[in-house]
Amino acid sequence: MLLTITTTHQPATDLGYLLHKNPSRLQTLDVAAGQAHVFYPEATAERCTAALLLTIDPVALVRSHRGPAGEGFALEQYVNDRPYVASSFLSAALAKAFNTAMNGTCKDRPELPDTLLPLMATVAVMPAASAEQLQRLFGPLGYEVETEAHPLDPTVPEWGNSRYFTLRLRHAGLRLQDLLSHLYVLIPVLDNNKHYWIGKAEAEKLLHRGGEWLPRHPEREFITRRYLRFSAYVNPTLERLLSNEEDLTDDTIELALSPAANAAPATELGAGEAADTLSLHDLRLDRVAEEIRRLGAKRVLDLGCGEGKLVRRLLQLPHVEHILALDVSWRELERAQQRLHVAEMPPRQRERLTLAQGSVLYHDPRLAGYDAAAVVEVIEHLDESRLATFEQVVFARARPGVVLVTTPNADYNQHYETLAAGQFRHQDHRFEWTQAQFTAWAGGVAERHGYRVRVEPLGPVMAGLGAPSQLAVFER
Amino acid sequence: MPLTSLKLPELSLVLLIGSSGAGKSTFARRLFQATEIVSSDQCRALVADDENDQSATPEAFALLHYLVGLRLKRGLLTVVDATNVQPEARKTLVQLARDYHVLPTAIILDVPDRVAEDRNRARAERQHLGRHVVPQQRQQLRRSLKTLRQEGFRHVYHLHGPEEVDAVQTIIRDPLYSNRKADTGPFDIIGDVHGCYHELVALLTQMGYGVHAELAQDTRDLGVRVTAPAGRRALFLGDLVDRGPASPQVLRLVMSMVQGGQALCVPGNHDIKLLRYLNGKQVAEKHGFAETVAQLATESETFKSQVRQFLDGLVSHYVLDGGKLVVAHAGMREEMQGRGSGAVRAFALFGETTGEIDEFGLPVRYNWASEYRGRATVVYGHTPVPEPEWLNNTIDIDTGCVFGGRLTALRYPERELVAVPAAQVYCEPVRPLRPAEVAADVAQLTAQQQHDDLLDIRDVTGKQMIKTRLLPSVTIREENAAAALEVMSRFALNPKWLLYLPPTMSPSETSALPDLLEHPAEAFDYFRRQGLERVVCEEKHMGSRVVVVLARDENAARRRFGVVGEGPGKCYTRTGRNFFTEAALEAAFLTRLQEALTAADFWERFQTDWLCLDAELLPWSAKAQELIKSQYAAVAAAATAALPEAVAVLSQASSRGLDGVEALLARTSARQTAAEHYAAAYRRYCWPVESLADLRLAPFHLLATEGRTYFDKDHAWHMETLRGICRHDEALLRATPYRVVNLHQITDVEAATQWWADLTAAGGEGMVVKPYDFIPGGRQHLVQPALKCRGREYLRIIYGPDYLLPGNLERLRERAVKAKRNLALREFALGVEGLERFVAGAPLREVHQCVFGVLALESEAVDPRL
Repeated sequence: MLLTITTTHQPATDLGYLLHKNPSRLQTLDVAAGQAHVFYPEATAERCTAALLLTIDPVALVRSHRGPAGEGFALEQYVNDRPYVASSFLSAALAKAFNTAMNGTCKDRPELPDTLLPLMATVAVMPAASAEQLQRLFGPLGYEVETEAHPLDPTVPEWGNSRYFTLRLRHAGLRLQDLLSHLYVLIPVLDNNKHYWIGKAEAEKLLHRGGEWLPRHPEREFITRRYLRFSAYVNPTLERLLSNEEDLTDDTIELALSPAANAAPATELGAGEAADTLSLHDLRLDRVAEEIRRLGAKRVLDLGCGEGKLVRRLLQLPHVEHILALDVSWRELERAQQRLHVAEMPPRQRERLTLAQGSVLYHDPRLAGYDAAAVVEVIEHLDESRLATFEQVVFARARPGVVLVTTPNADYNQHYETLAAGQFRHQDHRFEWTQAQFTAWAGGVAERHGYRVRVEPLGPVMAGLGAPSQLAVFER
Repeated sequence: MPLTSLKLPELSLVLLIGSSGAGKSTFARRLFQATEIVSSDQCRALVADDENDQSATPEAFALLHYLVGLRLKRGLLTVVDATNVQPEARKTLVQLARDYHVLPTAIILDVPDRVAEDRNRARAERQHLGRHVVPQQRQQLRRSLKTLRQEGFRHVYHLHGPEEVDAVQTIIRDPLYSNRKADTGPFDIIGDVHGCYHELVALLTQMGYGVHAELAQDTRDLGVRVTAPAGRRALFLGDLVDRGPASPQVLRLVMSMVQGGQALCVPGNHDIKLLRYLNGKQVAEKHGFAETVAQLATESETFKSQVRQFLDGLVSHYVLDGGKLVVAHAGMREEMQGRGSGAVRAFALFGETTGEIDEFGLPVRYNWASEYRGRATVVYGHTPVPEPEWLNNTIDIDTGCVFGGRLTALRYPERELVAVPAAQVYCEPVRPLRPAEVAADVAQLTAQQQHDDLLDIRDVTGKQMIKTRLLPSVTIREENAAAALEVMSRFALNPKWLLYLPPTMSPSETSALPDLLEHPAEAFDYFRRQGLERVVCEEKHMGSRVVVVLARDENAARRRFGVVGEGPGKCYTRTGRNFFTEAALEAAFLTRLQEALTAADFWERFQTDWLCLDAELLPWSAKAQELIKSQYAAVAAAATAALPEAVAVLSQASSRGLDGVEALLARTSARQTAAEHYAAAYRRYCWPVESLADLRLAPFHLLATEGRTYFDKDHAWHMETLRGICRHDEALLRATPYRVVNLHQITDVEAATQWWADLTAAGGEGMVVKPYDFIPGGRQHLVQPALKCRGREYLRIIYGPDYLLPGNLERLRERAVKAKRNLALREFALGVEGLERFVAGAPLREVHQCVFGVLALESEAVDPRL
């Protein structure tokens, strides 16, 4: 990946002083998983360009475990776009190669760092959701933004454009330090991939780099969210921060549906929530928890507990004596374990909760003897042909006193502008039912297994469409 | 004369009873294996570091009971070395014996206090014992003597004084009566007769037995002579009497056969009721007993006495044929087989009931067979059924002859059913033979198929050890099973379709040739080292691996796979996922394949109405389009967009004459070229799929048809057989080019190597080298079922655009194929096992266990590039 910085400030060669890199030499530094080469393709008094070429060693990337983990697609670990795109590796290289410039110091020309310079920068190539997104992030900072989209495969025009852009920024007068800080923060935000190098110190450094301009940026929330999203994996303090401010954790429906959002691997059942806005999911969980409170259930099953958001609510209900929370994904359970701080729970609380792996498609004697079962946004992740087995497991064998099933309401989908007709809200949804379909299914299940059922809208109701989600309450 | 030997049942819980110092430990060590003894002193030492720490007694006994329980569960004779003088101490142990259906035995070491006290004084660690201890223990012992039988001890040996204790030299371990493992049959197992004499004679005759009446010579002679077909014996499942017209004749015939060694017999509940009557007990004349009483009225007292003795001698159930066959009147749970207890006997007679009473006033029977997991085949009767049906390796062959049904026999080991119809309805059943109505489509499934609708999570989770024909045991680690549970639950098809998952395939060892990672030479070397003469080289198609399970029509699919309303077949990926997402395309594809099979006369030729194929479905982009776009095309797009920009800037810098820029430019240009080759490599395997006309199926193994697999056929046979089918639809089906190579013929080897070079130069993925025989025999170790040799161009999409650049290939050569090969063998063994179980008619969970195992092993961390 390549970054060039050009100035027409007079004398343009001042850029060399500012960057603390001699324009007449090629300089090479070792950086994470590769090398950063700094050189000047042009260096005249009129115009001077510094280039930072980052060569990532793909073999070393794997061996140092700095590359993608390849979850969901094993080969991704070995074959990926990291050697070609601007990513957190570039931010790290910037910080190392242009350390003094980023800190705004210049021993030889102390006045230069604070001088506003005409600057141009080119990034080849920058991953982004859209050209518009690049505009939105860099525009407010005073740049003239020029983007060049690249096709995914020129031999297959119907595949359209890739998520890679050549980005050209122009600014009439800006401190070099600011340009570098903008790039340093916004590159990983745009790349939206894990920052493999970020530790706690790095995360704070980043917040520091954005400290001056980020609070005034209209997209500050998006930038912070994207940034913190990945630092959460390595920084428990930030994670705790996140879990308390849940409205920072999820993307909007637009982002999750854009083809560029490839960061969420398709293998997380409980994480199937990215498709909805968070407030809807909260609403859903609050509603289910409220039903369980109303019913006074003592022993509760949470089938498909994901990271434990419903469990957290259920633990707060004094009448709930025991919760058996199951998920089919081991990873989700580990996440739940962390998010709920199970290891540190006081013994009495700990006894009220069992987290375990389970599947709604296998008979499981552990499921018997519960007052209520919550099955929140689970059935739409099963192939329709397997629902009969789900029905056997839950309604014929486990037979909880009450079963609460929620699923998206397909009637409501036309309200989502970004959702093409017939498209589902989440790539792992196997079906999305209309209110009539869900009601028919629920009625059949209830009749076959001796339950009464009522189906209700869940969420704000739109005339003629119903609510975004729907809830079936089965009672024996 | 003191006893020199004691007889015990081979599986019993032996309690040594005696005061401290009575010599129990010495006695136990002298007569039992060290591992059979569980001692309270030792348990105390284990939990307290001190054999005499009395404060640890509760924990010590908790441990003792735990150990005893585990041993009994596993069917091991166990000796409890503790004083056992108090009834409450014995009670827990007797309960353990009952829980595991083991007979409790007491051996009392009744030694004078003086002797015991002297012994204790001689032992330093017993110095602390109070003076009152030994007399008190002995007193408790004396009090226990009267109650031991009542407490449940079947065998009680009372050894008086040290002399009698020392006189015992051996313990004789009696096999349980039910243990007839050495008896291998063959048997003709006959269900409930209930006095249906004519039907019984007809059935026996049909099976080749000769039944001759003759004059009674003396009182022991029952007046019937039976000749059995060579080597065969009848095996009666009990309920010989009641309800029917001729119970005494049936008894006479069966008793005569048992006496003559032509039959074995286990008792039924009706037989035992008759025994109680003959023993003078009050018996209610219900359920057809009145008829028996009336029929017996004209019989002689001698005969009645013979019947009494016969019934009294019947053993609740038999374990036969090395443990592979269990017979009992009403069935037998796995943990009760070959054990002895009141509960075992009751189960054998009455089976399992829920305690509820149904609308006909009869006890509600619980179908124990639905939870049966045992290895032994269980044949039983007791509950009349319209049709005998296998369920979890058990079968009920009571077809209600006396109610106007049939009298059925199961021939073992052939597993054939033979039946004769009842001449008439002798008795109206209280409860209709067919139970509650079920939905019409479900009713057409067998009991096993209905049962298989729901698999049990306990059969797949946790650490699994799977016995296979090819490898003695394949271990599935718990975390791999956890990963497989997720994949299976979220993505896989209805498990009834999943007969087989293909094993992973290792590449050949890394080539030493410049510019190459793989070359056929290493594959040939491997098979040569394995002592193979011939291999088969098959072109490797670059598509998606699929398994096709296809029936002739939907009826056949329902009959054989037990699926309703899911079409005649499925085409699924290596992870059990449906290949097709569009139902219409799937249907069209399967129909075309059915037509080709019909045109090839396949169904008749192979005497089957279904088949299972291992194949490659092309193009790669048909299934992998999203992956190709998001991964392969994306990488190429990023590279081809980024690198020209870098080359331009470097060229500009180079023209300024900067030192070192030349080399960087050269390398960046090389990467640009590599990126273009990379893009060309993946594009070769992609073409748009708009309809069936764009799909190609290249089958390479015919895995199974009705009743058999084809792992015994060589690969040339597979290739030719499949070519014969492919001929009938060349637009859809592609016969795989192959060649047979003699590894010792240099010309053969060279020609095959050239073939590979040509294939890969033309952009082909490469080839697969397989042993000539599917499973080469006569070897100690399993040989890799296949090795792949992939081409230089193809490997770009596996190892990345830059893999051939200087500095990269050298490092990439360090790859280890051993783990991958190990995995391939285990998955192969599981795949073969699963399919063999399926064609043998095993319950789904036994097939699913293997398929699940392959999926679990696939989550082992191995280099995905191999």
